Amino acid sequence: MQAIIDQYKATIRAAAEQKTPLQIRGGGTKDFYGNSVVAQSNTLLDATAYSGIIDYEPTELVITARAGTRLADLEAALNQKGQMLAFEPPHFGAAATLGGCIAAGLSGPRRAAAGSVRDFVLGVRLLNGKGEALSFGGQVMKNVAGYDVSRLMVGAMGTLGMLLEVSLKVLPKPSAEITLLMQMDEAAAIEKMNQWAGKPLPISATCFRSGELFLRLSGAESAVRAAHVKLGGEELSEGEIFWKSIREQTHGFFQSADSLWRLSINPATPPLTLPGEQLIEWNGGLRWLLGDEKLDVVTIRKTAKDAGGHATLFRSNEPGISVFHPLDPGMMRIHCALKEKFDSFGILNPGRLYPEM
Amino acid sequence: MSLQELVNNLRSFLPPEAVLYETEDLRPYECDGLSAYRQLPLVVVLPRTEEQIVKILKLCYATQTPVVARGAGTGLSGGALPHAQGVLLSLAKLNQIIAIDPLARMAQVQPGVRNLAISEAVAAYGLYYAPDPSSQIACSIGGNVAENSGGVHCLKYGLTVHNILKLRVLTIEGECLEIGGESLDSAGYDLLALMTGSEGMLGIVTEVTVKLIPVPEKAQLVMAAFDDVHKAGNAVANVIGAGIIPAGMEMMDKITIHAVEEFLHAGYDLDAAAILLCESDGSAEEVADEIERIYAIMQQSGATKISTSQNEAERLRFWAGRKAAFPAAGRVSPDYYCMDGTIPRKHLADVLDGIEKLSQEYGLRCMNVFHAGDGNLHPLILYDANQPGELERTEEFGGKILEMCIHAGGTITGEHGVGMEKINQMCTQFRTGELEMFHAVKAAFDPAGLLNPGKAVPTLHRCAELGAMHVHRGEEKFVELPRF
Ligand SMILES: Cc1cc2nc3c(=O)[nH]c(=O)nc-3n(C[C@H](O)[C@H](O)[C@H](O)COP(=O)(O)OP(=O)(O)OC[C@H]3O[C@@H](n4cnc5c(N)ncnc54)[C@H](O)[C@@H]3O)c2cc1C
Repeated sequence: MQAIIDQYKATIRAAAEQKTPLQIRGGGTKDFYGNSVVAQSNTLLDATAYSGIIDYEPTELVITARAGTRLADLEAALNQKGQMLAFEPPHFGAAATLGGCIAAGLSGPRRAAAGSVRDFVLGVRLLNGKGEALSFGGQVMKNVAGYDVSRLMVGAMGTLGMLLEVSLKVLPKPSAEITLLMQMDEAAAIEKMNQWAGKPLPISATCFRSGELFLRLSGAESAVRAAHVKLGGEELSEGEIFWKSIREQTHGFFQSADSLWRLSINPATPPLTLPGEQLIEWNGGLRWLLGDEKLDVVTIRKTAKDAGGHATLFRSNEPGISVFHPLDPGMMRIHCALKEKFDSFGILNPGRLYPEM
Repeated sequence: MSLQELVNNLRSFLPPEAVLYETEDLRPYECDGLSAYRQLPLVVVLPRTEEQIVKILKLCYATQTPVVARGAGTGLSGGALPHAQGVLLSLAKLNQIIAIDPLARMAQVQPGVRNLAISEAVAAYGLYYAPDPSSQIACSIGGNVAENSGGVHCLKYGLTVHNILKLRVLTIEGECLEIGGESLDSAGYDLLALMTGSEGMLGIVTEVTVKLIPVPEKAQLVMAAFDDVHKAGNAVANVIGAGIIPAGMEMMDKITIHAVEEFLHAGYDLDAAAILLCESDGSAEEVADEIERIYAIMQQSGATKISTSQNEAERLRFWAGRKAAFPAAGRVSPDYYCMDGTIPRKHLADVLDGIEKLSQEYGLRCMNVFHAGDGNLHPLILYDANQPGELERTEEFGGKILEMCIHAGGTITGEHGVGMEKINQMCTQFRTGELEMFHAVKAAFDPAGLLNPGKAVPTLHRCAELGAMHVHRGEEKFVELPRF
């Protein structure tokens, strides 16, 4: 395994010397996500070779694995012990790796209830832009020694370092889980989801689409049953399949050829009056929007910002639009400074997050 | 710039009572909760608005004057220890709750608002702010962000970093950054995580938007006594192994049990080698189910005595002893020194054995309270500062405990921060490469090194010297640190 790291180091050092950009790739399942890194000259850095679970002790609630480990393998190991990655990362394909999951920073349906990818990251080992191996954080739940560089890697799209190893907090799987279906309009659904989120109810996921509100309840059997009585609604027999289709975006809504926008906003924001089909998750905090040609970027970005959040062009058929929400000048300055510190030669996935860095 | 010029400049935009420089006025600010370290600042400023802070920072930046932020001063690592040539920036007067949005479950507050004041203000909506450090009646939310503070419920509900949504931060140049949002994520790098726990080194927090969560319908506590620390440690692992994440899981050792029982009469078993407090919260059904399972696990794990709280008064009484561990230490000893290492839980019994050995070696008693669920140890070393040499022995003993935590695969600080206190142990926990990256992160925000200089991350020079002169560590402590 050390030989693989040495090879990565050599590749990075050579790229640094020649100032030729590297494209870090895990399973490549999220190639569609992020700004396209056009240059043909980019060298591909294959992160899948360094794989395997290093340490997993269920009673410590911690798993440590190499970044090239397939998410599917990781989740299978946890499943065997009745545990899970509570942030339900989308895989978008069987090849998805742990490194890609951390770098893309995407969380699934359970996010609003359980937390996001970064909430569960405890430590990382990485190679910076000089090919130096560095460790941050650790394998313990609480650790405030030094700046939280580990969580900084989440969602950085591989622009700050090549992840080698990651330690994650894991959680037990709930013993019972049911899905409820209710009919109501969008405004009522947003209000209800937020009201319920403020009550001690075991709601672990929500999804609204075309007059239908789906709720998932998780916990002890007795608690889930009691909450069903309180909330009402019809119990869906194929709940698990439904939530998987939302998490993996295989649901019919996502099969459109139109551009897909992801608006992450204040959850209590009333229905957005943007043209185009929408699907809502996270108690209203996540609004997926299918854009036709009538939609303009400026309006979408302003709508998201006014609602306390940001808009990502998650999947696009129109080139030339910045995928991630533009940053204010002060924030961009800090971003560029951090990028420069971790990757002084600007060789790690340049431009994948923002063209400036 | 002379002191007089600095004061005059500050008074040009601050009222006279907001600029302190006479020694007797500075005295209350000379230390935080770690009173072994004391230093008077040049000036203390007490602004009331963000605009005033911008002006203070611009002035300090222009004159290259160090700035140390201070919330409530309850920190336990000397993080808010003033700089002799610097301005101490108190955020205490920015203490307003700006807005509460019960539907979206968030509150926007100024940095000087006390942790508990937030939960009190939103209680009417059935909501609360989850992180509950024992100091919550006094400590400020700005300080909580700077330290990434936790509490007894953080295994289930997370630390500060998991419970904040948005920050307004001023850079040393006085530029305002809006970090995070009202959404559950934001564009770009996760600067919200980077700021949390950054000990006032990267920027000044002027506003915090916190996440609020519903008050659980019910909470119940199981108290289990064990005749052996190893058995208690195994019981903790067994609870987690059974798929239960308790709302709180705390352990006390024998000397702690005796100290608090004498003080409070909480009904603790004086024969026990360790007591576990294990709390379940949630809906009535969830709690009933969990408490039954926890009880059975404690039995199987060899508990000698198990009680379940039958009502709220009893639950609070069981907790009272744990919460009074610090004052109890103060009663049985003139002084005590609180440590904050975190270890993988499986090494608990070994580390406690190691602490016991050190305790005998140094001839100093040590009480152990422990956030058992997440492996965060709080050894309280009992000493008497009036006995010559005892503080130095205590610090050395403490340093050994922290090094033991590192060797067990843990960390020197779970929630109190590095500050001034653990700067030397940082050299043991991290190697040159990581320390260089930390300095680089600092430089990305504050290239001149004016914010809280000398704290949190040791210079490489310091670590090199320390490596060369391990035994003389105590003597070197008060030397003014070079800035980076
Ligand atoms: C009895 C007691 C019990 C405690 N129990 C716990 C516990 O259970 N869990 C726990 O985690 N901690 C605990 N603590 C430690 C302490 O209360 C926390 O670290 C707390 O968060 C400090 O808050 P403060 O407002 O007092 O900050 P201060 O002590 O004033 O400052 C702490 C650090 O934060 C920086 N800072 C303060 N405000 C700002 C700001 N607005 N912007 C930027 N930087 C800022 C300071 O520069 C300093 O580095 C305890 C302390 C005591 C005395």
